[in-house]
Amino acid sequence: MVAVVPATPYAGAAGGASASATAAWLASLAGAPLPNRRQEDWRFTDPAALTGIDPQLIGLADPLAAQELPDGLECLSPAAASPWLGQALAATTSLEHWPVLLNAGASAGAAAAQPTSLLALRVSGAAGRLQLPLDAGDQPGLARFRLLLVVEAGAQLELLLQPSSGGVNAISLVSEVILEPGAELTLGSLAIGAAGSCLLQHTAVVQAPGSRFEHITVSAGWALARQEPRILQRQGGACTRLRALQVCCDRQLADTHSWVCFDGPDGELDQLHKAVADDQGRSVFNGAVRVPRAAQGTRAAQLSRSLLLSDRARIDTKPELEILADDVKCAHGATVSRLQAEELFYLQSRGIAADQAAQLLQRAFCAEVLRDLPAGAAALRPLHQLLGEG
Amino acid sequence: MICPDAPVLLEIRDLQAAVDDQPILKGVNLTIRAGEIHAVMGRNGSGKSTLSKVLAGHPAYTVTGGSVHYRGNDLLDLAPEQRARIGLFLGFQYPVEIPGVSNLEFLRVATNARRSEGGLEELDTFAFEDLVRERLEVVKMDPAFLERSVNEGFSGGEKKRNEILQMALLEPLVAILDETDSGLDIDALRIVAGGVNQLASPENATLLITHYQRLLDLITPDYVHVMAAGRILRSGGRELALELERTGYDWVDQELERFAAEGQQTGRAPLEVG
Repeated sequence: MVAVVPATPYAGAAGGASASATAAWLASLAGAPLPNRRQEDWRFTDPAALTGIDPQLIGLADPLAAQELPDGLECLSPAAASPWLGQALAATTSLEHWPVLLNAGASAGAAAAQPTSLLALRVSGAAGRLQLPLDAGDQPGLARFRLLLVVEAGAQLELLLQPSSGGVNAISLVSEVILEPGAELTLGSLAIGAAGSCLLQHTAVVQAPGSRFEHITVSAGWALARQEPRILQRQGGACTRLRALQVCCDRQLADTHSWVCFDGPDGELDQLHKAVADDQGRSVFNGAVRVPRAAQGTRAAQLSRSLLLSDRARIDTKPELEILADDVKCAHGATVSRLQAEELFYLQSRGIAADQAAQLLQRAFCAEVLRDLPAGAAALRPLHQLLGEG
Repeated sequence: MICPDAPVLLEIRDLQAAVDDQPILKGVNLTIRAGEIHAVMGRNGSGKSTLSKVLAGHPAYTVTGGSVHYRGNDLLDLAPEQRARIGLFLGFQYPVEIPGVSNLEFLRVATNARRSEGGLEELDTFAFEDLVRERLEVVKMDPAFLERSVNEGFSGGEKKRNEILQMALLEPLVAILDETDSGLDIDALRIVAGGVNQLASPENATLLITHYQRLLDLITPDYVHVMAAGRILRSGGRELALELERTGYDWVDQELERFAAEGQQTGRAPLEVG
């Protein structure tokens, strides 16, 4: 039987491996075939770009090796990490998600290719800031990263992940985060890809009461970028703030499937998802919020704002609120708009050329999320590129 | 200041314009020379604001006839940004809020666009900050407004001050101020009018579009024009504004009716009433 893979500009773009061989290799790693559009979670998202990579694992240096860890951060050995591993994935019902399966399946091979296939950190006290570059460079194949963060009671950390690619390859990144009571984590992710590159980023978070989790994800430049943040407030009473920006132009596809569940009362969620789609870019957002009966007093707000810059771009956005508790405040909204003609004219009437005015307005649209990235991001070139600052 | 020998800055001839195929301007004639301050008055719907938007190049309006020359060159051929760069300025009746665009950056980009058109060197951030702080004085504006997004959350008065600040930075040759007095309390009106007076010079000209005499108590116009039904019905000196203040706009209706009747008798196209 010949596997039929839809023709894409990425198919076989790398070292000549056929798309079907790559699809078979990925399926064998994950122990499950590539997702397809008959699956509800992948309805708008064609993973075909993944089949453009070479079927091999990329060997990468330990991203932590070059880092001097701030006080309060401790690297856990695989043995020390093992009791924690899988907890957050199980709690957020993430284990069967294809990107998680792929990441797990790639671990055996990655262990050989990478000196450290697991980045496990325990945070105690106020640990300050850390940046983790996760760069696949221009190496062909699949780069796999696995991150575990245990933030102890009352501890604080600001962490910026920088997944990046400069070639036809894919990054699989699965993060597990455990926030103990009163812990505070700001987790930024500034993910900048290149033509033909793919990012599968899955982030499973379990929050104890009184903890605060702020998650800012920015992705641009990937042929395919799939973000799956999944957060469980185990007993409610925690604060979750999600900020996301995805930019897709050319024929890029950016997809965020978020899931937030309150398993107890008085939890808080403030979610803003922004997307910019130009050319034939395609943006997908699915925001699930679960408020079971036990989650009385929940306050949740979700807003999706998309900017559609071309007639051929496409945006699919869907809030998915399931509210069983009756004493809650849950708001949601979604807007899809073009650049506002009055704003453009106002800028033009001050001598600013139409294209420059459009760029200013796009930057302004993006800035609302970008300015929330951890402070270290301000010095990064990709951010300036994203802001059109050359 | 009336100076008959001063160069003509703006020459509007039989200007006709429509929005959504609905004719609004039906033959406007107006000549503005350097040094002059003109006021265009008229009721809502008379075409005053349309005139200002057409001159600035708003894409929603289509010019269906006539011509506009700016310092002898065809203005209507130019994109809105080009009109601004060569020295035409429109002060908006409702300045647009642009969340996320810093006011300071906006002012700097706009100022540099105008400067480079005039062959001047662009200003870097430091040089520009010096300039903007100096010009803030013109409208007594709090520097804190520079750090905010363009007009976002500004009060009506603050928005209008921000417009005059832009005018102070761009140093236009022809400034069209569309209902700059609307929504201002008397103190804000004084400050804004004071700014306009400070910026007026023998080299530039101002076109004030307004409903009310109260702005003209503070900025003395050389010419007053009354618009109705898409045309300038009558022009005169500042006494015309005072007369309007005294008698209201009822005479305008009578005059329009008279024109309509004359048009029927003479066979000329009548002015449309309404």
